[in-house]
Amino acid sequence: MVDIHIDLKPMTKKPVLQANSITIRFAGDSGDGMQLTGDQFTDTAAVMGNDFATLPDFPAEIRAPAGTLPGVSSFQLQFSKEIIFTPGDLCDVLIAMNPAALKVNIPNVKRGGLIFVNENVFDEAHIKKAGWKADPLTDNTLKDFQVIKVPLSSLTANALKDLPLKLSEVERCKNFFALGMIFWLYDRTMDHTIHWIEKKFAKRPEIVQGNITALKAGHNYADITEALPAQYHIEAADLEPGTYRKITGYEAAAIGFITGAQLANKTLFYGSYPITPASNLLHELARYKNFGVKTFQAEDEIAAVGAAIGASFGGQIGLTGTSGPGLCLKSEAINLAIMTELPLVIMDAQRGGPSTGMPTKTEQTDLLQALFGRNGESPIVVLSPKTASDCFEMAVEAIRIAIKYMTPVIYLTESDVINSAEPWKLPELDKLKKIEVVHPKSGNEPFLPYSRNPETLARPWAIPGTPGLEHRIGGLSKADLTGNVSYDGPNNQKMVDYRANKIKGIANDIPEMQVHGPSSGKLLVLSWGGTYGPIYQAVVDLKAQGIEVSQAHLNYLNPFPRNLGKVLSQFRHILIPELNSGQLLMLIRSMFPGVNAIGLNKIQCQPFKVEEILNKIKEIS
Amino acid sequence: MTTDATKLPYTRESFVSGQEVRWCPGCGDYSILATMQRTLAKFDLPKEKYVFISGIGCSSRFPYYMNTYGFHSIHGRAPTIASGLRCVNPELSIWVITGDGDGLSIGGNHLMHSMRRNINFNILLVNNRIYGLTKGQYSPTSPIGKVTKSTPDGSIDYPINALCLAIASEATFIARTLDSIPVHMGSVFERAMKHKGISFVEIYQNCNIFNDKAFEPVTGRDNRDDRMVILEHGKPLVFGKERTKAIRLNGLQPEIVDYKEGMDTKDLLIHNEHDPEPNYAYILTQMEYPNMPVPFGVFRNIVKPTYDEMLNAQVDQAVKTKGKGNLKDLIYGTDTWTVK
Repeated sequence: MVDIHIDLKPMTKKPVLQANSITIRFAGDSGDGMQLTGDQFTDTAAVMGNDFATLPDFPAEIRAPAGTLPGVSSFQLQFSKEIIFTPGDLCDVLIAMNPAALKVNIPNVKRGGLIFVNENVFDEAHIKKAGWKADPLTDNTLKDFQVIKVPLSSLTANALKDLPLKLSEVERCKNFFALGMIFWLYDRTMDHTIHWIEKKFAKRPEIVQGNITALKAGHNYADITEALPAQYHIEAADLEPGTYRKITGYEAAAIGFITGAQLANKTLFYGSYPITPASNLLHELARYKNFGVKTFQAEDEIAAVGAAIGASFGGQIGLTGTSGPGLCLKSEAINLAIMTELPLVIMDAQRGGPSTGMPTKTEQTDLLQALFGRNGESPIVVLSPKTASDCFEMAVEAIRIAIKYMTPVIYLTESDVINSAEPWKLPELDKLKKIEVVHPKSGNEPFLPYSRNPETLARPWAIPGTPGLEHRIGGLSKADLTGNVSYDGPNNQKMVDYRANKIKGIANDIPEMQVHGPSSGKLLVLSWGGTYGPIYQAVVDLKAQGIEVSQAHLNYLNPFPRNLGKVLSQFRHILIPELNSGQLLMLIRSMFPGVNAIGLNKIQCQPFKVEEILNKIKEIS
Repeated sequence: MTTDATKLPYTRESFVSGQEVRWCPGCGDYSILATMQRTLAKFDLPKEKYVFISGIGCSSRFPYYMNTYGFHSIHGRAPTIASGLRCVNPELSIWVITGDGDGLSIGGNHLMHSMRRNINFNILLVNNRIYGLTKGQYSPTSPIGKVTKSTPDGSIDYPINALCLAIASEATFIARTLDSIPVHMGSVFERAMKHKGISFVEIYQNCNIFNDKAFEPVTGRDNRDDRMVILEHGKPLVFGKERTKAIRLNGLQPEIVDYKEGMDTKDLLIHNEHDPEPNYAYILTQMEYPNMPVPFGVFRNIVKPTYDEMLNAQVDQAVKTKGKGNLKDLIYGTDTWTVK
């Protein structure tokens, strides 16, 4: 390893102070490697035993013009010695790689927070490009913050000057310089990142050396600069005993779907068309072919769901994944799966809408679409994971329900949930239950493809290739038992009722709703999907202040848990925060008319801040 | 498969489902259905291994009448369901039944992509150049100027040539047949079934209610000898009542020349269904009424690895190199830590 070319003053040991929770936001151009930098910090937090939660926030443009506001890509994480439930509201530290990143992110920094800026790029051209009228480093713009000006580009260039790297390659190492500084500030080990760099760039030793040199140079710089008088140490969190790994939502979903298929002894077939933010699931599953997973990148959203239906018809488990616009396109085929009563799982990773909306931003605006966005009476199961690691359990559950009840299941998640990361306490393998599958065989009686299991109301899953069970299914209305085409009115009523009752009956096969906090009182906050985290944190914070508020969470949106009405009836007010205009609120009001339900609604590309929930709760109580 | 007729387990009746056939009397679909049932009876593949998948339209009722597995799906999407089914089951004989509206209009995209993927199933496109089930609107194969309920002043849409699309998508088996010559139709079905990869067969079909005699100028009893040319591999494209005409190429243009049995054929177009390049088959698709006789038979028949084969090979390879995945490795991964 070459020497680091910094004018090293004698090392003075600075004091190490203790901190509980820190929220950091890395921000730069979308080509600056901010997601990677954030990931590395997160991995290290995991290795050091902290609890953590992350929030990537990136533009839809792959490389928007450098230095512009639309090109800013950010990554926020909170790491803590406490158990935490969100990536933090406002950050304690912002690393702004250019004037645009600073401009976009000032509203996300706490008053008095630290802001690191790359001083080298605060020249007239960059400042103007970011829309600043004057240099924000020299006027009063940042008076409420502690600003650490670092000539990141030139320090990195200086540190790497003897390495055989092109100028553009040197420039790309500066995120590791920044990471090195933050590692020092929070007393982090660099080992994990060094190993990662060595592995990632194994084929290019000069890049390995460049990145590691930059990382160490940043660490040393932070140690010697007078601008940083102390380090902070965050102890390991008191996590429940067990084995953990860091997991993102889409990784957990992929592992969950594969696990579900394996527990049912089925091939997982994933039909998908690339769409943000669902594509990550396709990328992830494509890596697992040795688990028998088959991925099919279809020509469009309709082909993707059609192929998944074909796979289910063939006796394996069909999965398709998309986001809101794709769910629109799949609606007709989902109805076909409802009519033919085949198992199918549809993942919808909600994003900003309507239409193309904001592909990389989060919302919860597809709930009513998932429930009702199809022609005819078309009941469907809808369930939703609440955190990154919960994506695993709900994926297994989606497959279990789809197979047991011969029904499509919508796995409704959100951009922020599937893109976030947290520590995942790994399940004990022997506690994973087999998913029982029965395929009928030919008997003496004529085969009735629309006969039903009296308990589940599921029809038999007879698969092509089984002798003696040749039959036809399709989208036309079916006669009870035989499945022959039928235009008979009373028969139609019967079949509509069967399908509805089948879905309703699943309420008896899912867990009852639990209440976190007192089981009756003035206020219950009802969460679904990703609102779980900020609501939970708000309830915990209030409790610390001596205010008792309860929370209940809906993992199942159709059917609802069977005790939902009873739970709601125990509270004077029900607060329902949602990243939409009140979709669950509308359902709750119509299904439980006596309940006093109040909405808290926001559609601003961002998850709820804990503070927003706290303020609303205080307003009500 | 066997050719020993004495051992064949099935007759045409084995493939009759017993559901009442509800096409209009005189519909060309009856003949297609009967020919399919007879064709399958020539093979010894067990009946439960057949799956017929259709979209929406008159011809898409087909699966209900076959005593096999069947799926009457939604408009234009049958190839997608067939694709998924094929990916998870290499043993079935899968047939997609579609029409000119179902396959070339609403489902055009899936048709094109199934063909370019060379995924192993058969597509029968029943072309009657009209929307029958919705009662008589023009279709994507209706000729320009066609007067229908939706085009009282004549259609201003240029029609699409189904086989042209097939060859542009580089389908590996492309054929054309017609409802009124069951023997020809049967031989084409048989060859489609034996082909590994996508098989695309266009069937000229007469809708006697909404578009009667649409193909009469080509396939009518009095016209067919002069206006149809039957393709036979390795042979010149001879046609005419007295077999006195053949085709040769003038540059890229086919032209009609006189033909006599035994003449030197070196200047004539000799049919080669195995040509690996699509150019020749494309020229055939451009032979249209009234300038040229219309070709029937197998335009193209080449061998190329199929999508499903390659998909399964990748899965096998992954198992070989990484070992068969187990839940422990999946869930526990490589980077874990323990909290005590």
